[in-house]
Amino acid sequence: MKNLLKSAAVALAVSVAAFAPAVAQELKIGVAAEPYPPFSSPDASGKWVGWEIEFIDALCGEAKVKCVVTPVAWDGIIPALTTKKIDAIIGSMSITPEREKTIAFSDKYYNTPAAVIGPKGQKFDATPEGLKGKILGVQVSTVSADYAKKYFAPVVSEIKEYQTQDEANQDLAAGRIDATQADLITLQAFLDSDQGKACCETKGNVKDDPEILGAGIGIGLRQEDKALKDKFNAAIKAVRANGTYAAISKKYFDFDIYGK
Amino acid sequence: MSEVQAPVTYVPPKARSLFEPHRLVLMAVAAGLVFCMAWFMRWDWLPRYQERLIYGVGQTLLMLFSTAIVGFLFAVPLGLAQVTGPRPLAWAARGFCTLIRGTPLLLQLWLLYYGLGSLFAQYPEIRSSFLWPYLRQAWPYGFAALMLSFAAYEGEVMRGAFAGVPKGELEAARAYGMGRFTLFRRIWLPRAVQRALPTLTGETVLQLKSTPLVATVTVVDVYAIISRVRQETYLTYEPLLLLALIYLCLTGMLVYAFKLLENRIPNRGA
Repeated sequence: MKNLLKSAAVALAVSVAAFAPAVAQELKIGVAAEPYPPFSSPDASGKWVGWEIEFIDALCGEAKVKCVVTPVAWDGIIPALTTKKIDAIIGSMSITPEREKTIAFSDKYYNTPAAVIGPKGQKFDATPEGLKGKILGVQVSTVSADYAKKYFAPVVSEIKEYQTQDEANQDLAAGRIDATQADLITLQAFLDSDQGKACCETKGNVKDDPEILGAGIGIGLRQEDKALKDKFNAAIKAVRANGTYAAISKKYFDFDIYGK
Repeated sequence: MSEVQAPVTYVPPKARSLFEPHRLVLMAVAAGLVFCMAWFMRWDWLPRYQERLIYGVGQTLLMLFSTAIVGFLFAVPLGLAQVTGPRPLAWAARGFCTLIRGTPLLLQLWLLYYGLGSLFAQYPEIRSSFLWPYLRQAWPYGFAALMLSFAAYEGEVMRGAFAGVPKGELEAARAYGMGRFTLFRRIWLPRAVQRALPTLTGETVLQLKSTPLVATVTVVDVYAIISRVRQETYLTYEPLLLLALIYLCLTGMLVYAFKLLENRIPNRGA
């Protein structure tokens, strides 16, 4: 009983600390603490680099706000936003109806399809028939995980959930899973690596379902921060219009990631 | 004429009343906290995850007991080798214990899973063997890492326990004409286990609290289920508080079970 009391008291103290109002001098932009190349990953010196990091710089410059990139573990990034540890999520987060119950989103700032990759030499495609009896790996809390649970769960032998896509890729290379589903661009980055080249190839994009896969990638915001949302929406429009967006994208991709 | 002194014996304090004022206050605070948790927090997800949570607790307990039992079976020879084994064997046992106790369990687990597991995959002979369906799964690596860790820690505990059994008892047993194996089975091992039991209780509780590490290599235990709840409901405190409560209950039951076991072993006259 004493232990229980102690833990309850600690929990109370922690929650009080978490709900204390943050002093808003600068905007804390949450990015996933796990490397997600080519969008955001720490370089050898620990500095965050990638398309999304440059996009944050451009966006904040446009909106005339001071932004600090704050890495947060992906599986706790939405609670971090709602408890005001961060002020916005710019971390390749898909706009989905499920997430919109908890947080608000800006307009989309890019949109790429989800794809399935698997080992070379095995012929199957990214459909329920193709994945029948296979072990599929996904990253937790991603739209691909939700998609896989809805479309592939009835037919695959198992869906394994990983904390990071990196771990799923490792296990695919090690033959512990037969396929992994994720955003096409991230998977492409893996397939372009030495390890990816040796083991795996793309098996195609999954059939679209906007209800689950979302209407593109947006900036996650607290529902009450309406002014900030307008500011970011205007900034997205501005960087699209003045060519900054295209200039950043050209460094990383050979196609337009904004989508239709 | 000197008075005969009464032997000094320890008298345990009587079980005090539950209704002393400070206890009543503490109980009221606890009840208030429970009420706040039930009233202000969201628990509507609980029924949906009930089945999976029970499954998760089962997996956690399975991991705990299987690794503790097998680990202990390894710990006995590890401890014995360090006490009476020939030099090379004693060194090997000591080296193993030092190596495992000197490195983080998470590191060992990942070395086994991402290191050894990936190495296996590179050999077509292993990949096509009958063992592959097991080797490609995650739980054998989780089991191996937890089991080795328990064996190493308990090996050290058993070394102390074996060394601490009074020489006189062993000599008396030898004087009765017991062979080496009989002596070990009847005297040395039971006396060592009895000495080590309080430590074993603590170590088993520690082992319970090490089991969530296997969730990092995709084994689905109760911790993994709670992580899923957190990811799907975007709640933080409710699932974690429940998890804390679950581990507290499991620990309580473990400690109680070990207490029963300790009480069954006669202490006096030994």
